[in-house]
Amino acid sequence: MPEDFAPGPAPTRFGSNSGQPMTRRDGVAKVTGAAAFAADARPEGLLHAVVATSTVARGRVGVLDVAAALAHPGVLDVMTPTNRPALAADPDDKPHRFSFRFEALQDDRVRYAGQPIALVTAETPEAAAEGARLLAPRYEAEAPRLGFEGGVAYAPETVGIGSPPQFSRGDVEAGLATAARRIEAHYETPAQYHNAMEPHAVVAQWDGDRLILDLPHQAPVLGRAMFAAFFGAPPENVLIRTPFIGGGFGSKALVTGAHVLAVLAARKLGRPVKLALRRDQMFGPVGHRGATRQTLRLGIDAQGRLTALEHRSDGMTSSFDEFVEPAANASKNLYAAPAIAVSHGGVRADIGTPMAMRAPGEASGSAALECAVDEAALAAGLDPLAFRLLNYAETDPASGLPFSSKALRACYADGAGRFGWAGRPLEPRRMRDAQGRLLGWGIGTAQFPATMFAAQARATIRADGGAALEIAGVDMGQGAWTALAQIAADGVGLDAGRIELRSGSSDLPDGGIAGGSGHTATAGSALHAAGGDALAKLFEIAAADPASPLFGADNAGFVARDGRLRRRDDDSRSESYGEILARAGLSEVVGSGAASRPPSVAEACAMFAHGAVFAEVAVDPDLCQIRVTRMVGAFAAGRIVNPLLARSQLEGGMIWGLSFALHEEAEHDRVSGRVINADLAGYHVPSHADIPALDVLLVDEADAQVNPLGVKGVGELGITGAAGAIANAIWHATGVRARRFPIRIEALMG
Amino acid sequence: MRKFEYLRPTSVEEAVAAASRPGAAYLAGGTNLLDLMKTGAAGPELLVDVTRLPGLDAIEPLTDGGLRVGAMVRNADVARDAAMRRNFPMVVEALLSGASGQLRNMATVGGNLLQRTRCAWFQTPEAACGRRDPGAGCDARDQAGRSHAVLGWSERCVAANPSDFCVPLAALDAQVEIAGPGGRRDVALRELHRLPGDTPHVETALAPGELIVALRLPGAGAGFGRFSRYLKVRERTSYAFALVSAAAALRVEGGAILEARLALGGVAARPWRAVEAEAALIGAAPDAGAFRAAAEAALEAARPSGDNAFKIELARRTAARALALAAAGAPERMPALPASPFADIGAPAHA
Ligand SMILES: Cc1cc2nc3c(=O)[nH]c(=O)nc-3n(C[C@H](O)[C@H](O)[C@H](O)COP(=O)(O)OP(=O)(O)OC[C@H]3O[C@@H](n4cnc5c(N)ncnc54)[C@H](O)[C@@H]3O)c2cc1C
Repeated sequence: MPEDFAPGPAPTRFGSNSGQPMTRRDGVAKVTGAAAFAADARPEGLLHAVVATSTVARGRVGVLDVAAALAHPGVLDVMTPTNRPALAADPDDKPHRFSFRFEALQDDRVRYAGQPIALVTAETPEAAAEGARLLAPRYEAEAPRLGFEGGVAYAPETVGIGSPPQFSRGDVEAGLATAARRIEAHYETPAQYHNAMEPHAVVAQWDGDRLILDLPHQAPVLGRAMFAAFFGAPPENVLIRTPFIGGGFGSKALVTGAHVLAVLAARKLGRPVKLALRRDQMFGPVGHRGATRQTLRLGIDAQGRLTALEHRSDGMTSSFDEFVEPAANASKNLYAAPAIAVSHGGVRADIGTPMAMRAPGEASGSAALECAVDEAALAAGLDPLAFRLLNYAETDPASGLPFSSKALRACYADGAGRFGWAGRPLEPRRMRDAQGRLLGWGIGTAQFPATMFAAQARATIRADGGAALEIAGVDMGQGAWTALAQIAADGVGLDAGRIELRSGSSDLPDGGIAGGSGHTATAGSALHAAGGDALAKLFEIAAADPASPLFGADNAGFVARDGRLRRRDDDSRSESYGEILARAGLSEVVGSGAASRPPSVAEACAMFAHGAVFAEVAVDPDLCQIRVTRMVGAFAAGRIVNPLLARSQLEGGMIWGLSFALHEEAEHDRVSGRVINADLAGYHVPSHADIPALDVLLVDEADAQVNPLGVKGVGELGITGAAGAIANAIWHATGVRARRFPIRIEALMG
Repeated sequence: MRKFEYLRPTSVEEAVAAASRPGAAYLAGGTNLLDLMKTGAAGPELLVDVTRLPGLDAIEPLTDGGLRVGAMVRNADVARDAAMRRNFPMVVEALLSGASGQLRNMATVGGNLLQRTRCAWFQTPEAACGRRDPGAGCDARDQAGRSHAVLGWSERCVAANPSDFCVPLAALDAQVEIAGPGGRRDVALRELHRLPGDTPHVETALAPGELIVALRLPGAGAGFGRFSRYLKVRERTSYAFALVSAAAALRVEGGAILEARLALGGVAARPWRAVEAEAALIGAAPDAGAFRAAAEAALEAARPSGDNAFKIELARRTAARALALAAAGAPERMPALPASPFADIGAPAHA
């Protein structure tokens, strides 16, 4: 794929599909249970594998009772480090920046609790599970290094996926020195674990030297290459079919050890193998949001203007690999401080390697930053919104570049208006409800980069007047295949109902990764371009055909609408796609398209989506139980392709922010390092009854630079701002500044 | 999954005989037992399914004005019963504050009374737990212990009983009817669960094979009527166990408390009936001072079992509030968020 694809004449036509609140194309299939997920595949002769996982956090696997497991009826194979067939690549190698180490029985070392230590394959899932239990592992356990105190501090070379750990602009110390007031505050965020409704699953089958994987994967083409490398196969011999994904959130973008072992078992036993992780096995080997400790130092002048902003974040990672939450980066691009310094430290502990989890870095960093900004507003004696407006960044504080678009001011205004922010008392503990409960209002600013990756797509216009649009994209439940179909339909000048979107398979043109909130922008742009290319070819045929009303229209050009090409300068001269193809004796015309952001654009401006989240909480003054009673979020994210889906994404993000503020936390056994609440009864996410009326406002924003479509992302934006808004509301209700997330009853008890 | 035998007896006698075998366990709704079997924390060799035993699924009035509830009545049906709602509203509040609609449809009265602790170390087979494995010690000691006991715990076990249902039942002097190898007997609900002491594995007063067949709520408790409330404190509004909870009932005449009942949940290995607190309330005016004093008395013996000292003060506040709510009387209609401190706030439109 070309590294630097410059889009041709920008195909900015939009038809009647984009912008419509269409319901999901897969809605009926989902609610009737007809939608197939990876683990629904049941090829002939299917076997079932269960991965045995370590219950200690550090040491060696001493004894495994393989004989007992094999003796159990139905068990066919037990794979351990002793007999594990060779892989063509080492799971501990890191050939590129998307390579993360994983455990595929390369040795008997235990690096964290929950790590795979054996694979049992059997005729039934029950037999495999019992076989795994019968292994009754005994360990040579070592004392695990746990928590920030027990872990080993180090200076990471990169944070997140390949980002620099440090950044500074201006002189922070000088800015602090000249400040009229200085604020320093420490915040903590816990380990949060991926718990998509669909746990990781795979159905692996070999057809000669071809490998077919039914696998939920956020980047099928990238994933294909990764699997191919481990099995010494050319990428085209690997097919990843990624049907509907039951939630990915960053956890299904890489290769996990259990999957690789299932593929090995399928090859060894010559039969297809299915493996699905148990809920508790999600707590370790599939990545998580690493815990952080953050310190913010802010200086403000006499008027409340920031003179300096320093954000330091120490993030927990594993003993053997590196993913440090890039939390401090949240302070780089939001507030107009003349001096900004962000830095990161790492702490290694005996845990699974953290990984991207919906708004990695942004979520944890925003939670701390938005609290610190409120603390600064208090020090300045200013309303938190007024303080944010006073420190509004007209240009990107980190680079000095203009923003491609930034309708944050409108977000503040619309959100504040809908919420009724005006008249909020500055002091805490000033508002009560009729029952005497403390009420508080808080705000948080939302910001997320408008990411774009590279993608390709194919468009086939058929003689029947319909079209097939193809891209290896992914629907993780966010409705991507509906939004992409809308864009694709516009790209070929058809109604969404007239096109077939083929997606979710690695043998289609590479749609890039469904991550970083960039999937709609990336895959959508490629699809749109492919449609434009197919139409151009069709037009060429018509313009050269004397029998066509479009004959000789080469210079006039065309527009495509409702399945017809029309002369740009004369709408009455038109012809349907089918007629053009029929006369030319063609069954179809195929176009291709690609998309990526040219470096020239990326160098010219800063590109972010923004929003403002407002929250009201009620707090029982004695029992200290907290309830979020209202939330309003106003967001500007460029062109909204489907307001229904976008709103759902933003609501979901705000709910995750509420979860971050009040609920989610993995608790580790202080001795063994095991996550002790590794199920959904113990690991709390909000229930329906916790979610108040959510109001999402979509603020108009036109952006000609982010991509030809003007689309930013909405997948992760909603989390940022939300946790901080709730924490700030709790302060406003109670006067207690809780600096540790999640905020629990005891934090407010005094 | 480990292999086990499954029996579906057709009479109580048959069930008791089968369950008296070592390694046997009764299976009711299965919402607790099956989870533990999946994690490996429980591994019965024989499941005796009692859900189809005849005659255990009715709610009947007693001559003293109380109610008798068969052990197989589903939690949801208890909560829906008109007489129960009228006479024992705090029992209904407690039930509706527990688990989820789906679980309450499955869970039985007997299973709820005998549900095991949610102590994570008990539920994790790899952790040392003397409640699960006699003499095994306690890995839960010295942990953060938000869910752990602050009353009646021992060095051998810090687990708390998780049942909401049992808390008002303890306050109401409920009786448990038992059928066993030696015939029938009654056990006071307050005596059903044992404090751990040196033998945490002896969880209940039941002997092997004994089956709960019914629960009796004596008529005396019905006198409290709507002046009885259950209050449950926790971070998540639904589908979460109590951090602490309290059931309180008051009979007030002429401005003085004639009779009081108070029990606490989430604080001990059994629903904690606070008789000292009840005694302290008799004759007092039903006001904040008296309720606070009673709450202090209820927690007199409390001590932290980990980083959970806050639970002691939280339990005091919860007890005092529950007493105040009882004095005010339950609302006519069951709130949308039963037993919640936010009960009156109304549920969001979609809940
Ligand atoms: C996610 C989740 C959340 C929950 N939240 C709450 C909550 O907030 N509050 C709350 O109170 N509960 C809660 N529960 C627990 C729930 O109330 C219990 O699981 C349920 O009441 C158990 O009833 P059952 O009939 O399913 O019992 P089972 O699981 O069938 O049995 C439980 C135990 O009782 C024994 N047993 C059952 N019946 C009898 C009998 N008649 N005689 C003798 N022994 C018997 C069984 O052998 C077993 O040991 C929750 C459960 C889950 C899974």
